[in-house]
Parts: sequence; C-alpha cells; structure tokens
Amino acid sequence: MIGKYLPLLASSLRRKRLRTFFTAASILIAFLLYGLAASMQFALKSGVDVAGADRLLTMHKVSFTQLLPASYESRIKAVDGVVAVSAQTWFGAWYRDERNQFPTFPSDPEAYLRIYPEIKLAEEQKQAWFADRAGALVGRAIADLYGWKVGDQVPLRSAIWRRLDGSDTWDVTVRAIYDLPEGGDTRQIVLHQDYFEEAKQQAKGLIGWYVIKIDDVNRAQAISRQIDLMFANSPAETKTSSERAMAQSFVNQIGNIGAILSAIVAAVFFTMLLVTANTMAQSVRERTNELAVLKTLGFSNGGVLGMVLAESVLVTTLGGLLGMLLAWWAGVQFAPTLDQYLPGFRVPPAAFAKSVLYMLALGVVAGAVPAWQAMRLRIVEALRRD
Amino acid sequence: MNAAPAVAAAGTSIVRIRDLVKDYRRGAETVRVLDGLSLDIRQGDFVALMGPSGSGKSTLLNLIGGLDRPTSGTLEVEGLRVDELSAGSLGRWRADHVGFIFQMYNLLPVLTAERNVELPLLLTNLDREQRMRRVAAALKLVGLEHRARHRPRELSGGQEQRVGIARAIVTDPTLLLCDEPTGDLDRKSGDEILDLLQALNREYGKTIIMVTHDPHAAERAHRVIHLDKGMLSEGSG
Repeated sequence: MIGKYLPLLASSLRRKRLRTFFTAASILIAFLLYGLAASMQFALKSGVDVAGADRLLTMHKVSFTQLLPASYESRIKAVDGVVAVSAQTWFGAWYRDERNQFPTFPSDPEAYLRIYPEIKLAEEQKQAWFADRAGALVGRAIADLYGWKVGDQVPLRSAIWRRLDGSDTWDVTVRAIYDLPEGGDTRQIVLHQDYFEEAKQQAKGLIGWYVIKIDDVNRAQAISRQIDLMFANSPAETKTSSERAMAQSFVNQIGNIGAILSAIVAAVFFTMLLVTANTMAQSVRERTNELAVLKTLGFSNGGVLGMVLAESVLVTTLGGLLGMLLAWWAGVQFAPTLDQYLPGFRVPPAAFAKSVLYMLALGVVAGAVPAWQAMRLRIVEALRRD
Repeated sequence: MNAAPAVAAAGTSIVRIRDLVKDYRRGAETVRVLDGLSLDIRQGDFVALMGPSGSGKSTLLNLIGGLDRPTSGTLEVEGLRVDELSAGSLGRWRADHVGFIFQMYNLLPVLTAERNVELPLLLTNLDREQRMRRVAAALKLVGLEHRARHRPRELSGGQEQRVGIARAIVTDPTLLLCDEPTGDLDRKSGDEILDLLQALNREYGKTIIMVTHDPHAAERAHRVIHLDKGMLSEGSG
C-alpha cells in the first residue's frame, strides 16, 4: 500500500541530490559516532560482566603499581572463608613489537585454575603446563592472533622485568591453550610464579597483587575488611575489594570518557536535528506549489503530512543505517588491533535496535514542523504564490 | 448582498450556483470578489469564463473545484452541496469528480510523464498494473504515449500541457476545470490543446469550464460567460 508512494518519495529526494547527499552524510557521521561510542561502552562493560563476585582483589593501598610481600599469601589463606589465593604480578609482556602488548601474569598454576574455574582447557595440556616451569597457559585469542600452537617456543619480552643475566627476553613454551565461556576475554598468558621468582633480577619476594576466592559472596565485605586490618600499620598496607567492584571502578573512571562521548554524540544528534529540520523546511518551501497540486488532485492533509514525514524519516534512516553499518564494519575491521586495549569492541545488538529508534525519532522530529506547514498549506494561496 | 439573476442553461445542470459570495481579507480591508453570483452549467457543456484580471474568474473556478470555500451562497455539483463538504471529503470528491488543468501545467519536475499522470490514481485502490494501463490509455488519448518516460523538462510546452490533460482525465472525471490552459502556449500549440479539449467534450462527454483571456480560445466553447467585478453576464460562444 505504502509502496506505491515510494517512487514519489524517492523522486523528492532526488530533486536536490547534493543537498540530500550532504544531509544523509551528516547523519551517517552522527550514527557512526554513536555506533563507535556504543561499541566502546560495550567493550568496557563486558569486563565487568565476566568479573566474578566471589573473587576479591588485594593490592597495595597506595597504588596498583606498588608491590606486596609474597609472604602475605599464607596469612591471607588462613583467613576464615578464603578458599584459594593466587599471587599475580603484571609482567608487561610484548611479542615482536612493543606495541603488541597483552596481559601476562606469573602465578601459581594450580591456584590460578582454582581461582578461575571457568577456564576451559584439555586435561593433558593442563598437566603438561603444571609440569613445565617454563610453560605458559595461553588464551585462545592470543594463540590465534600469533598462530601459536601447543609446544611452540615463544620469546616473550618484558617491558618491566629483567632476568638475572640482564636480558628482558623470557623464553616460554606454550603448554596449554584455554577458552572461556562466550564473551570472556582470552587475551592473557599465565606463567609459572616459581620460574618468574627465580629468574627475575629485581624485587625478589614481592608480587603484584592477590586474587582471593571466597566461599560466600555475602561475606565479601567482611573478609575484605579482615584482610586489610591484618596488614594495617605495616610497611605495605592493603586495599581489598571484590573483583567486580574493582572492574566497575575501573570502568567508572573510563566511564567518564564514555559519558563525555555520549554527550558529544548527543550534541551531534541535536545538530543533526537542526540540519535535517532545516533541509526539510527548505525542501517543503521549494515545493509549495507541488504540494498544492497534490492537494488539488485529492491528496488529503494527513497524506501530505505523512509524505513529508516519510521523506524526512527516509533521509535519517538511510544515513543512519549506513552510519551503523560503517560502525559495525569498523568494529570487525579493527577488532584485532583494538582487542589489545578494548576486547569485545563491537556494536552490540541493543545499540542497533536503539539506533533504529533514534533514526525514526530524528526523522519525525526534524520533519514535524515542515510537515505541519505542508499540511496546513492552503491550495489557492499556494497556487497563487507560484 | 446583491442577488443577480441566475445565468441558466437548458438541460441537466451539473453545476448549480446560487447567490455565491466570496470575500477576501486584504489586511484590515474586506474585498468582495464574487457578489451574489448565480449560474447553471449543464452536463456536457463547454463553458468559457472570460473577464478582466481580478474579475473573479479563477476564484469562481476554484470554488466550483472545491479548492476554496464561498463566504455565502450554495454550490452544487452533480447534486452534491460542495460548499458543505468537510476538508477531507472535498479532497476525495475532487479526486473522483474533477480534473484540473493549469496554465503553467504544474507537473512535478522530478517525475516522468507517466508518473505525473499516475499521481491521481495513487489515491485509488487500483493495483500497479491497472494504474499503468489507465496511464497508458490517457497518454495515448493526448498523443503522448511515446513520451511516457520523459521528464517535463524534456517536453515542449504543448506536450507538458498534454501531460497535464492526461493527468486530469486519468480518473475519468465528469468535470474538467481549466485555468487559462493555453495562456502559456504559442498559437499552434494552443490550438492543439483546444482541439483536444473539444474532442474530450464532444467524444467523451466531459463538461469543461475554461477560464481564458483569449477570445480565440473562447470561440471553441459552447457558451461564453463574462465576469466583471464579481457579476456575470452571458455572451455567445
């Protein structure tokens, strides 16, 4: 039924091709920005979603970069409600090119897997990793990115840690490759804590932080408080919170950037609203006579209103869909590069659905005034004006 | 208000106007354009409306076509009180019963000739195939079937007016209202358009009311009605 009006709508858009092109292109840019901002927020939030609520993180009270004594581990283990403890340190690993950095942590293998039961890996690979002190547990994403297979020898470089011989190259063997449930970030490598502790040149007896698994999520706060009290007034005081809270606070910090981005996108949308409204108003002004002719032929006021609105929605939808497609393409295209910093960077389905609503709303609001004017047009006056 | 005697014609009246008044407001001033006009036009008639500029010819045409509303008086077309119809009903009535032909053709420049002719049919329930069949028939009738895919700017003035006529007749209306249909054309093209209108009147029984300044064009009509200062007088066509 509406299909028969499409040639009429399309021809209206073809009337001033350049103007239609620039308007649609501006809307495309607005929705591209929206798509990229939504992708970024999705990437930031996905880290929070996979963070466990039953895991605590104990780090130096002053800063994440300050180290803690390795001796704290046995004392933390003794706290009631603690099931497992995994000491970890930021290794600062890179491969081939310093820009190819990825999260790498030396840790006790068995403790690490107790802490992260969601990690999926073959039993024989797990045993092989346990048995080889220079063995590494590699996430699927990293293995796929560099084409590593089980048994491969990999020279990892560290931006922070040097070996006893002064070298920053740590030869490790890929002993196991792990997967995670859907949405998990497998862009990590886990090394043996013993191997790291023996071979590193500096900071002997110190580790980065502790990841602690507890038996009751509801006691997370009490256990955190107890741990921090235990090390209060010591040279290395601690700050403990749940892994999810930590991830959330990290996201909240970056979230400010997200909020700024959202504000920019909102401003762009508002500008687009004015641009599109202006374009539509101009287009209706230029066609006063034609609209009067349509009314003369019997097109109703509602029909003319609908036609101008449909035209406006067509422009915003056309530009918007192309913008979202471009954002999606950017996500696919740049995912391997961005994965290092923003794993999961892609336009989420919810953002696609929202964007369609925004396109429709933008079209309707931008076209409302010109459509109203077209509807109210008095045939005789409009024809006389010609 | 002056009530002029009805300018009547024998036979069945398709248009029946009584005591028609039309006032316009121009700033604080009220200008009376039609002053108690009465008129009958019979089915199948070809009427030329003549008169000086500002005499109210186009206003009368607009009122008969339901494009405007009278200040007072009654206006019946095919027995229907057009002056009492709502805006929505007027639109539907125009689409079904009236074909408009304009001096400046008023074609949509972005549409081809056939798409322009198809416009009134978009308001009907006809499917695309039926619409295109009717469009082809209308274009054939005006002798422009070979120019169906051309846009208005690719046509001559005479051809544009033919497309305008095809658009006016494609819904098979009983009444054709023409506002200076030859006013923008040279004599030869104008004559061709008048031939076409005469043929539509003679062979297809269309009732035609034509506003014109041109006595040569008015000669083609059966009746010539003169309007001056909102009042009617009849001459011979």
